[in-house]
Amino acid sequence: MTWTWFHRLASPPYVYALAARLTPWFAWPAGLLIAAGLWGGLVLAPPDYQQGDGFRIIYVHAPSAWMSLMVYTTMALAAAVGLIWRIKVAHAVAASCAPVGASFTFAALVTGALWGEPMWGTYWEWDPRLTSELILLFLYLGYMGLRSALEDATRADRASALLAVVGVVNVPIIHYSVTWWNSLHQAPSVMRLSKPAMPASMLVPLMMMLLGFTLFFAAVLLVRLRGEVLTRERSASWVREALSA
Amino acid sequence: MRSAATPATRAPSALQPAAEERAASVDTPPVIVIHPATPLSAARLALARDLRLAFRKRGQLVQPLAFFALVTLLFPLAVSPEMARLRDIAPGVLWVAALLASLLALEFLFRDDAHDGTLEQYAISGQSLISLVFAKIVAHWLLTGVPLALMAPLAGLSLGVPVAALPGVILSVAVGTIALSLIGSIGAALTLGVKRSGALLALLTLPLSLPVLIFGARATQLAITAGPLLAPLELLAALAVLGATLAPIAAAAALRISLE
Repeated sequence: MTWTWFHRLASPPYVYALAARLTPWFAWPAGLLIAAGLWGGLVLAPPDYQQGDGFRIIYVHAPSAWMSLMVYTTMALAAAVGLIWRIKVAHAVAASCAPVGASFTFAALVTGALWGEPMWGTYWEWDPRLTSELILLFLYLGYMGLRSALEDATRADRASALLAVVGVVNVPIIHYSVTWWNSLHQAPSVMRLSKPAMPASMLVPLMMMLLGFTLFFAAVLLVRLRGEVLTRERSASWVREALSA
Repeated sequence: MRSAATPATRAPSALQPAAEERAASVDTPPVIVIHPATPLSAARLALARDLRLAFRKRGQLVQPLAFFALVTLLFPLAVSPEMARLRDIAPGVLWVAALLASLLALEFLFRDDAHDGTLEQYAISGQSLISLVFAKIVAHWLLTGVPLALMAPLAGLSLGVPVAALPGVILSVAVGTIALSLIGSIGAALTLGVKRSGALLALLTLPLSLPVLIFGARATQLAITAGPLLAPLELLAALAVLGATLAPIAAAAALRISLE
């Protein structure tokens, strides 16, 4: 067992070429899974006995909410690797994650609000999950804000990486305090999504969407990573060769 | 502690220069021995320095307090002068005002010391930067958190908080501001040297401060309704202890990044 594969991952030209080669392997399955999941969820699955067709937004909402947390974890992991081993490519990964994660968070909030209007009778409810999601959006915005405010690239990398790590320690604390706050302030009149065993016709498309969104994120991350690496290495000679080839 | 550390730290330097010193000391005055500071004594010196500096610039101390009082004043004007309604919103008003005031004060935490190079001297002093940063945070809490806690009853009275509830209000603000100073130190260290950092500092610090706001406002509310406020106070204290364990490490790391 050697560590060469790991060391090669720290080399920008290698990562640039690897990302280009890997992108279709994630993009195509992602596209197929999302198309199949949408077809299964929006057409084949039966309407919910309580929520009618309104429940179908779950096929976008739940995967987005799942991704919003997963991307943050990925970002914090990459940031920690960059901070500990001083690997520039890891910082590039973290930087590429943030806008994608913020978009997923925003999508989860919008779809949640659209679902809330017919179901709860209001676009916004101070439900602990919605509130945590909103706070997560601000954590992403803070990360991107700090990154853009620092002009020196190395300092921006390291400072934002530290912020991501601090954020990931805080996410559970924030989540539980918000849950606790909510259970004190209002009676549990808000409908809980109690989970009666979903029939397979509903569950299978949801799983396909979850997997599809994850692969989609990986594909987008790889594309963004190539752009990020190019920007960072713009004065290196391999970039000129790669772009003129 | 000092007696254990002193010989160990002095031993290596005593190897070579000792002979030269002894030779030179024949006609020069005796060498002044400076006792190497332990992390604790260094932190104590840094704390004393920060407090002394702050009392020489009293104007800066008053600003967050005036801000706190002004924000509280806004609510009777904007919502309603009725005491019953004000009493309902008092916990939220007091805590939002305290949170914003402590945020405002964060800019003073490292700024002046970064300007005159003190922080760089701290970083290369060989002392543990973590303990020096911890001392600065303690000083910051003593200079903003404690005055805010002492000011809170006045603001509370103006919002119709009953006198019997005031000890609980003081206690919750005092404990909560410990956690706020600790959490805020990370954001202050990260944004060091950023021009017009106020909005960015708020964006970084406020999401992380929300648990303190939740438990603090809850404790104040329970104090007003004469309920059992021990549970939220304990949670506030837990946040403060967790912050005291982790925040100085993160803030010291952030300072090193900012000073690079």
